[in-house]
Order: sequence, then C-alpha cells, then structure tokens
Amino acid sequence: MTRIQLNVNETIHDVEVEPRHSLVDTLREGCGLTGSHIGCEHGVCGACTVLVDDQPVRGCLMFAVQADGKDIRTVEGLDDDGAFNALQQAFHEHHALQCGFCTPGMLMLATWIVERGLPVDDNELREIMASNLCRCTGYRNILRAVRAVLDASGQDGAGA
Amino acid sequence: MKPASFEYVTAESWDAAAASLAEHGDDALILAGGQSLVPVMNFRLAQPAVLVDVNVIPDSAYLQIDGDSLRIGALTRHVRFEAPGIDGPLGRLLPRIAHHIAHLPIRMRGTFGGSLAHADPASEWCTLARTLDAVMIAQSVTGERRIAAADFFHSALATDLADDEVLREVELPALGPDWRCGFAEFNRRAGDFAIVQSVAAIELHEGQIVSARIGVGGATETPQRSGAAEKALLGGAPTSELFAEAAGAAADAIEDFLTDQQANADLRRDLVRVMVLRALEDAVSAG
Ligand SMILES: Cc1cc2nc3c(=O)[nH]c(=O)nc-3n(C[C@H](O)[C@H](O)[C@H](O)COP(=O)(O)OP(=O)(O)OC[C@H]3O[C@@H](n4cnc5c(N)ncnc54)[C@H](O)[C@@H]3O)c2cc1C
Ligand code: FES
Ligand code: FES
Repeated sequence: MTRIQLNVNETIHDVEVEPRHSLVDTLREGCGLTGSHIGCEHGVCGACTVLVDDQPVRGCLMFAVQADGKDIRTVEGLDDDGAFNALQQAFHEHHALQCGFCTPGMLMLATWIVERGLPVDDNELREIMASNLCRCTGYRNILRAVRAVLDASGQDGAGA
Repeated sequence: MKPASFEYVTAESWDAAAASLAEHGDDALILAGGQSLVPVMNFRLAQPAVLVDVNVIPDSAYLQIDGDSLRIGALTRHVRFEAPGIDGPLGRLLPRIAHHIAHLPIRMRGTFGGSLAHADPASEWCTLARTLDAVMIAQSVTGERRIAAADFFHSALATDLADDEVLREVELPALGPDWRCGFAEFNRRAGDFAIVQSVAAIELHEGQIVSARIGVGGATETPQRSGAAEKALLGGAPTSELFAEAAGAAADAIEDFLTDQQANADLRRDLVRVMVLRALEDAVSAG
C-alpha cells in the first residue's frame, strides 16, 4: 500500500492505495465520493470522467498513484453553496438526464468545455460530448443544456 | 474488471526507464498515456509485475523540424497534433489524422509513442509511420537502435521492440512543398478504431506524380504500403480515373485480410478501395 494525497474539490484526502487502484475507484471508496460512476472500465463510456488539473480524464484509465498531489474535481464540487450551478441548472431545465448514470461524467466534460472559455460551434460541441455515452436521453437535451450555458457566457461559436 | 497487482515505479529519464526494464526483464511494462495498456490490464489480458511510469520524464513531448526530418518525442500526446505548428503538407495532414483518434479526453492522455509500441492494426499513427517510412528510435541500457517502419511492425500488437527497450523518439520525413497528403478512414461509431484507413502522399512535378506513398491500415495484421497502387500512380496525372485505378489495385493486391465481427475480407477489400480513393482525393483537395 502507498499513501497518497489527492486534493479533491479543494479538500485534501490522505488515502492508502494499492498501485492497481484506479483513480475513480479511489475517489469512490477511499474518499467516499460516489458521484463519479464506473461503467465499462475500459475507456469507452466516459461515466468516470473527472477533471485532473482541470483536464478531463477517464478516471478508470488513470491509477490513483498517478494523481498523487494533483487537483481533482468531481461532480460533488460543482454546486454553488448547495444550489445548482449554471450547468446543473441547465441540465435540470433542459431535461438532460433520465436515469442519471452518465450525468456526473457529462457534467465534468461540459465543465471543461465551458471553463475553457473558447467559442464552440454546434459541430464541435457534438463531437466533444460524443466522448461520453448516454443510454437514455438520445443526447439532444444534453447538447441543448450545454449550448444554453455556452451561449449565456458568450461562447456561441460565432467566428469559431 | 480490476487489474492484477503490480509494483509501480516512476522513471525520471529514459535512461532510468531503460534501466528499470533491464532490471525486471519481461515482467515490466512502460506506462505512457495508459489509454491502451490500462484497458488491457483491466481485462487481465496483461498482468505486468512492474509498471514503469514515464509520464514525468521532462522534454519528452515535442514536434521538432530538424533538417529533412520531423522528430516526435514518444510522449507527445495525440491532442498536440491537432495544432502541430508545422508548415507544409505534413503540418496540414497531422491534424486531419489526429482528429480521428478516439475521443478528446483520450487524445489528451494517449501518446504517439504509446500508439506505435502498442501497434494496433488500425492505429492511425502506425499507418502514418508505415506509409512515410518513419524511423523508430529505441533505447536500452546497451545503447540506441534505429528501426525502420518496415521492420518495426511484426503482427497485431507485436513490434520489434525488445523487452528491455523503450521507444524514445520517432522521425518522420518532413515532406517538401510539392507533396500532397490525404487521409480517410471508415468506422461505425465516432471515436472507434477504424475498420480500414488509408494515408496517401503524392509528390507532383509539372502536373505529374513523381513519387507516391500509399498506406493502408486496419485491413491486415500490420499497416502496409501498397506497391501496386504506388506503381499505378507513378508518372500519371492526378485525375479521378487514375486514383480509382490505383485504389482498385491496392484492394486487389491484398491477400491476408483480417476478419472479425466487424468486417469480413470482402467488406475490408471494398473498404480499402474506397478509403485509398478518398485519401487520394483528400490529398489533392486539402493536402
Ligand atoms: C475508447 C478508446 C478508443 C480508442 N480509439 C483509438 C483510435 O481510434 N485510434 C488509435 O490509434 N488509438 C485509439 N485508442 C488508443 C489510444 O490511442 C492510446 O492512447 C494508444 O493506443 C496508446 O498510447 P498510450 O500512450 O495511451 O500508451 P499506453 O496505453 O500507456 O501503452 C500502450 C503499450 O505501449 C507500451 N509503451 C507505451 N509507451 C512506450 C514507450 N515509450 N516505449 C516502449 N513501450 C511503450 C506500453 O508498455 C503498452 O504495452 C483508443 C483508446 C480508447 C480507450
Ligand atoms: S468507466 Fe471509465 S470510460 Fe467507462
Ligand atoms: S441519463 Fe441514463 S445514461 Fe444518460
């Protein structure tokens, strides 16, 4: 076992891990943060997407030891003092989830797109969000929700 | 599934990585982006006793023009090729290829060297390396070795790299301004590995094709250059008719097609014809 430090949503977690433990397993079992989900465990579905040093990462394809000392962000860190943030609110309003299994991964991927601050046209948005699978919504409402937040922050893709 | 237990070490330099491999023999594997190795470990198809993480090696991710070559550091992430900052036909081709690899979060982790070392039959970078006759620079504790692409790919997921060798750098020829390059691939879902893909590079002089390199990936165990297609193109003008003839020749010349649940040999042959044609058309329109 190795002792590592993960700075998750601005809280330091000191956890003991085996090298073979994935980052997402460690977040769920070591840190008690079960918001990030595990689907396929081979990089295909994106349910496990978290931000590592502000970059979207498949949490099932990174070992926790590789994230030692890094800043991790998960769905648990998105809210504004208990209230939905803009992206969560948009998912709610646009009915961008049904069972909710893919939602934490979708939200973290979308967080990266929004925070990047660049204009994103519909094609690019579709392509990036296609990184993650959803078995329920048919994707349209997920795209509408992210689009709404991008438009509100002036990243409407004009000139992109 | 979860991977089997292993010992985790980090290497601060390629020398240290090579030393680790020498120490542990065939029980150790390099961990680069982890985007192929970790799935394989999660399926327990690989159970290395030791993983040597090379992600912290400084100055190992770069694209650098050096005379007639483009030198690519093994740890250069796929995403870097989407804006390679290189002039000329190769600079225009790299982003068009990179775009087809997996999904963006995977491209942000996965590395050029990892793709070549993994040697999936439908890896875009492997097909590019074979088409342009890249040189792989391998390093072990006993020294350095240059491996030509024609010798590098042995079969699906098997390369010429020895158990104690790391892949440190890859050299591609920096194609001059008279080259036109194109790419095409077919898959059923965005982000999947291609079933068949093709890289086409032709050099034009006064409206005539004076050199041609046609590569095909996904069709056979390893990416191949199509001598038949290249021969058909040489000396001709870049017309749709000639391209169709060359694409047909590429498809007809292949005998050892891969077959799997995605495509049988007939479908792969048809796809080779169409992908080579499209890659050639892409070369003249965007190349
Ligand atoms: C959902 C999904 C879709 C994908 N789609 C595609 C696709 O369409 N096209 C494509 O090409 N790839 C695809 N990939 C694979 C991806 O491109 C990988 O990044 C790549 O194949 C391996 O690079 P890596 O850096 O992640 O290597 P790793 O996974 O870390 O390593 C792969 C293998 O190479 C060895 N290795 C790595 N680096 C070195 C080195 N420097 N020296 C010696 N040995 C080394 C490792 O020991 C291991 O055996 C996909 C992956 C996923 C999860
Ligand atoms: S659980 Fe990580 S990609 Fe599916
Ligand atoms: S809401 Fe059910 S998988 Fe996306």
